[in-house]
Amino acid sequence: MSTTTTRDATRPAPAKVSKTKPRRGMGGSTFNFWLFTGPFLIGLVIFVYIPIGWSAWLSFFEARYTVTPDKFIGFDNYKLMLTNGDFTKSLVTFTVFAAIIVPVTWALSLGLALMVHRLRFMKAFFRSVFFLPTACSFVAASLIWKMSIFSGVRFGMMNTVLGWFGVENIAWLANPNPPWYWLVIVTVRLWLQAGFYMILFLAALQNIPPELYEAAAIDGAKPGWQTFRYITLPQLRATSTAVILLLLVAAYQAFDEFFNLLSKTTWGRPPLVELYYTALGDDQDYGAGSAGAVILTLLICMVTMLQGRFLGFGRGDGSK
Amino acid sequence: MLGSAGLYIATGICALLFLVPFYLIVRNALSTDAEITGENWKWFPTDIQWGNVTELFDDPTVPFARSLWNSAIVGVLHTVGTLLVCSLAGYGLARIPYKHANKIFYAVLVTLMVPAAVTFVPSFVLVSSLGWVSSMQGLIVPGLFSGFTCFLFRQYFLGFPKELEEAARVDGLGYWGAYWRIVVPNSLNFFAAIATITFISGWNAFLWPLVIGQDQEAWTVQVALSSYMTNQTVNFHLIFMATAISILPLVLVFLFLQRWLVQGVAQTGIKG
Repeated sequence: MSTTTTRDATRPAPAKVSKTKPRRGMGGSTFNFWLFTGPFLIGLVIFVYIPIGWSAWLSFFEARYTVTPDKFIGFDNYKLMLTNGDFTKSLVTFTVFAAIIVPVTWALSLGLALMVHRLRFMKAFFRSVFFLPTACSFVAASLIWKMSIFSGVRFGMMNTVLGWFGVENIAWLANPNPPWYWLVIVTVRLWLQAGFYMILFLAALQNIPPELYEAAAIDGAKPGWQTFRYITLPQLRATSTAVILLLLVAAYQAFDEFFNLLSKTTWGRPPLVELYYTALGDDQDYGAGSAGAVILTLLICMVTMLQGRFLGFGRGDGSK
Repeated sequence: MLGSAGLYIATGICALLFLVPFYLIVRNALSTDAEITGENWKWFPTDIQWGNVTELFDDPTVPFARSLWNSAIVGVLHTVGTLLVCSLAGYGLARIPYKHANKIFYAVLVTLMVPAAVTFVPSFVLVSSLGWVSSMQGLIVPGLFSGFTCFLFRQYFLGFPKELEEAARVDGLGYWGAYWRIVVPNSLNFFAAIATITFISGWNAFLWPLVIGQDQEAWTVQVALSSYMTNQTVNFHLIFMATAISILPLVLVFLFLQRWLVQGVAQTGIKG
């Protein structure tokens, strides 16, 4: 593999070298720098920077059914997105979602890590079991959740189990009052991602020096809650911060399970689902969709930076 | 706090809960519709329906075989392409002196602030103006330039022992030669970990394939699965057989590459 790629990638080399400078033996580090990073940077410009710039540009035009509009409308798309209510409602939906999913996933993945960490036998087995759902896609998991576990009718697993205790069938997804759909949405994501974050905590737990626990024991700290509160938790601070940040960003990008579980309903639409319908629904309003994307991006950047300030994320970048 | 037995019981109960959904997929995939939707909940199918497999692939409403094939092609090319492009760039940024390297690195870092999912509207606009909607290029190419993967490779190469490369360069290999002959062969663990993670996220991706795969011919397996949720006629046994088959490759990948995967995730996580 390496020989063929070498041949392919060096082909444009002579032309480029002769244009800049005569080749300086092995040196030529400027040329080499571009040889290595060039393909990536060109792709990054074309497929990341240009779309973002284009989107910002489109957001000031009336761009319905077209991506090359000519009618400049200033901030009207932004006004439309912020005043029609659906988009702002989606931001509220997201906030509720994040407020539930971030702490719950944090607690569950930490709990699983603490359990697995203490196991003496079959550690790898249990770790695999908890990690395995990561292999499953949101689409597949949504199908199981919607059609088998939380099906509103009699044959759903939840309703069957609840039926044993005399509980009436619950229409989990079919109406927003009471909002049972949150239970479905939250559990599906919890199942899919808890194992992944458990691995991060497991790695961090392994890095806590055992001397700390010994010293604490000598100082009279009781094993259990006290050592957890005063040793384990502070030692996990960096990982916790990273996990919370990753969870928050992941929550902002929530699309798959909402789209698949609640596609036809009008409630429970997070921002990306709303944008999907705005830009690619019947209206194909790329201008408004782009405005929404810009708002959302700014919002995410702001939250990320705020969180960085409060929790000190990124400050430890030099340590590694 | 908990005794050893208590710990195992608690862990075991959690593990069972985590396995229930997998069990349900298999159970439903091998049942008849009557049994899945029957009044009396059954934990085991009374009569295992292997015929569901052939029925799924013969079903004309959803081109399931085609979508599996698309996903396999997209998954492999996406993984190979990402590794190639991002590892080279990561190495260049970490190791090759260039006076503007820092500025370029910041330009890469900035893209991490803009989540890929948010840019699906502008990306779609670009890809459709290139005429790539419902095409393999449209599914694969825009995803190759991951700032995050490039960042991970850079961090990894910063920690790679310099002496090895220097020896190689003294022996007359340039950067390019040293990279392919020394650095890559000594980094296979890391490449394998990133490959696994990239393949999984590619296989499970939904939003982008949904946006791009407007013709059935260009559906990936996730889009095909999702189409079952909106279909009017619901064949439960086919849906769950399709779900089972869509998960199977990844579960196999998991079982074989577990160790690398866990290492890789742990490494990426620490660097946050």
